Amino acid sequence: MKIVISVLGRDRVGIIAMVATVLAENGVNILNLDQTILDGFFNMIMTADMSGASISLKELQQIMKDKGEAIGLEIRVQHADIFQVMHRV
Amino acid sequence: MITLEDILETNRMIKEQNLDVRTITMGISLRDCADPDLQTFCDKIYEKITRKAEHLVKVGEDIEAEYGVPIINKRISVTPIAIAAEACRTDSYVAVAEALDRAAKTVGVNFIGGFSALVQKGFTKGDLVLVDSIPEALAVTERVCSSVNLASTSTGINMDCVARMGKIIKQTALLTQDRDAIGCAKLVVFANAVEDNPFMAGAFHGVGEAEACINVGVSGPGVVLRAIEQVRGADFGVLAETIKKTAFKITRVGQLVAQEASRRLNVPFGIVDLSLAPTPAIGDSVAAILEEMGLESTGAPGTTAALALLNDAVKKGGLMASSHVGGLSGAFIPVSEDAGMIAAVERGALTLEKLEAMTCVCSVGLDMIAVPGDTSAATISAIIADEAAIGMINNKTTAVRIIPVPGKTVGDSVVFGGLLGHAPIMAVNRFQAEDFIARGGRIPAPIRSLTN
Repeated sequence: MKIVISVLGRDRVGIIAMVATVLAENGVNILNLDQTILDGFFNMIMTADMSGASISLKELQQIMKDKGEAIGLEIRVQHADIFQVMHRV
Repeated sequence: MITLEDILETNRMIKEQNLDVRTITMGISLRDCADPDLQTFCDKIYEKITRKAEHLVKVGEDIEAEYGVPIINKRISVTPIAIAAEACRTDSYVAVAEALDRAAKTVGVNFIGGFSALVQKGFTKGDLVLVDSIPEALAVTERVCSSVNLASTSTGINMDCVARMGKIIKQTALLTQDRDAIGCAKLVVFANAVEDNPFMAGAFHGVGEAEACINVGVSGPGVVLRAIEQVRGADFGVLAETIKKTAFKITRVGQLVAQEASRRLNVPFGIVDLSLAPTPAIGDSVAAILEEMGLESTGAPGTTAALALLNDAVKKGGLMASSHVGGLSGAFIPVSEDAGMIAAVERGALTLEKLEAMTCVCSVGLDMIAVPGDTSAATISAIIADEAAIGMINNKTTAVRIIPVPGKTVGDSVVFGGLLGHAPIMAVNRFQAEDFIARGGRIPAPIRSLTN
């Protein structure tokens, strides 16, 4: 299963490292990463593959939510299909 | 490859513009539950509904979490009870409504539709029992929704039922007067009712439907509003194109959710309903879209044309996005559930007569209209007859969900809470139609050619 991780918040050192570490620890493979700063806000989109993951999507969502909230970031983890169907015919 | 912009756009729609899936509705046939004994029938329908829909709410919540798109309601529609319960030896179906209510509570859905009768041409014994049970059934239950189809393009209008429904609506209001006549908010009178509508209060599982199916209603007035804000001042071609593209994206989400729910519940996918359904939330308003098009207020001259364009563009955009489209599919204009509609009524821009004109070009009808408690049964019947005539002649679904609130009059308002919102009491034309309604019989089916 492909997932999309989107991170939004004030820019700071180590955001990508933190997210990547959580993914690596749980066997989630990063496929693509796109990042930009919009109006001083950090925007990152990561596509990843959960087929070898050691946890469920729900568990990953909770970990990311907690980790994000701890440093003032909003981290969403979603099934990639919702973006695929909406933007690709 | 999905781009950063695509992902940000989708999440903005969900987070800021109230994009959601309004309802996953499971239709369940109760035709195999018929039994001469009322209690046995009630036991059978309770067992079947709770078995079929056992995982409905859980699956809905799982999909919501995984895809990150809110799914506001999980609901059930059943075979019209007038048909399913017809074999019962009884003169009241209130116990059946109570069984439906219990089943809804057990599986955790917020509404169950199908306390219904299809009487566009005439009443059977079961139809009469059902219609006469409506006031009490809606008063003693919390989640049961009722509907009556009393007209169609191919049969004409059952005016006996029109006359009866005026009285039934008044009685329903009276029995729930301690709760601002909320019973009437759960009762819809239809012309050309559709059999696969996932939206309440008018949902029922038609007799031509499969054993069970999953129908999904999407929503997204806020998303359409934001999209057309980007083309302010552009001509109507650009406006329609913008709405079509947005409707396509909204509907694709509905299609995805419908397919996933169908797969996980092992129940066939029925349809996606392309309706733009507003909620009382600010920015989630169909009226706001009409005003963004250039109207000072909804109800101003031009409103009907604006709504026609919106409704048509939503359908054109949505059709390609889903493999099966059905239900009501159009923009809803429920007064109490749309902050912009409420504001338009309160500023004196939107009247009952203008709403009636708007229903000629959109789904579905006079919806969630609160009127003075002293409005006569005959006047309510006459309002129903007018809407039914619009539906019959124009070959479309129309409906009336009207609430004559006991003890209240123009200037007052009622609060239903939640998605049902609040409504200012609207003025009703004071001239009478008693003798017209008293005639009884049927208005014949209309001619289908020479249609000018």
